[in-house]
Amino acid sequence: MRLVIILFFLALIGFTLVATVAEMPLYGHPENPTNNEVPERFIEKGTEETGVMNIIGGILVDYRAFDTLGEATVLFVAIAAALSALKAHSH
Amino acid sequence: MIEVALRLFENKYFLVAMILFIIGFHTLLTHSNLIKKVIGMNIMDTAIFLFFVSIGYVDGAVAPIIEPGVEQAYINPLPTVLILTGIVVAVSVTAFALSLIVKLYESYGTLDAEEIMRIRSNEP
Amino acid sequence: MEDLIVRTISRTLVPFIQVYGLYIILHGHLTPGGSFSGGAVLGSSMILFALSFNLERGAKKLSHDASTVLECGGILIFAMLGFYGILAGTNFLTNLKAGFYPGVPGEFFSAGFIIFITVALAFKVASTVITLFYNLIETEGEAHD
Repeated sequence: MRLVIILFFLALIGFTLVATVAEMPLYGHPENPTNNEVPERFIEKGTEETGVMNIIGGILVDYRAFDTLGEATVLFVAIAAALSALKAHSH
Repeated sequence: MIEVALRLFENKYFLVAMILFIIGFHTLLTHSNLIKKVIGMNIMDTAIFLFFVSIGYVDGAVAPIIEPGVEQAYINPLPTVLILTGIVVAVSVTAFALSLIVKLYESYGTLDAEEIMRIRSNEP
Repeated sequence: MEDLIVRTISRTLVPFIQVYGLYIILHGHLTPGGSFSGGAVLGSSMILFALSFNLERGAKKLSHDASTVLECGGILIFAMLGFYGILAGTNFLTNLKAGFYPGVPGEFFSAGFIIFITVALAFKVASTVITLFYNLIETEGEAHD
């Protein structure tokens, strides 16, 4: 019974997702709404403003540096939590 | 019907991402082994990463490594950067989940979630 | 595990993997790659060393104290470079406008503080990977005793 309910909900979610894919813009088309002026701006001015050749590195460590600092904090907190869980003595 | 099928074939990377998502969700829901639940969660993560990275692709474009003096189209760098962040968070969550599973195995002697719930309900 | 072939091959391969990881890290602003991928390669080389030899010899290569210093030091260097932007009169984590050396784009010494942050983060990621591996293996060994 539980399996039937799970499969029903999975089929529902799967149908919704596939129907969404059928309505999405074409894969790789240059006129897609994601390819607007924002990535053009980053690619045109990225080298000039940050001095990098690898635009991804420039965005990651310069434009979004505060986000990367938070990411490093997430990594730090995760390993601290994992170590404190592993080293705790359970009875 | 034919149009929808053709559209799905054009968007095959998105379709594969959705199928991966469903596979991961199925693993997460139907298996009671905790390690398999973590594996299903990672498959779902991978589906989302594939979906985001394939959104940024442009036909005939190259990776955004600037070559001076060469006029060429570059792909959208923003989804790639976002997914780089997401991968690190996924690794962190997996590490923490695995360490919790190690401690659960030490105290209950089993990895089965329903078995653990049965043991806990029998405890006074 | 006492296997001559695995030991010889991995002892030969580990320096090359580490040089490749350092290349990915140090050219993070010029070529594909960067701190996270390069750090993962560096950490994997140490994991390969510890898997092919026994755990104690691997642990001697990177002790717990060293990994603590790397973990905290990486994120500390990142935050300090950010505070330099405030001292220079700009925002937190400002790169070229805060007066870091801009260089010529495309050369190795360029792009301001990006290379320092990349190196610091990469060593942090590498030490995270290694520390997690050692601790998961160590707890497994204790559970079997």
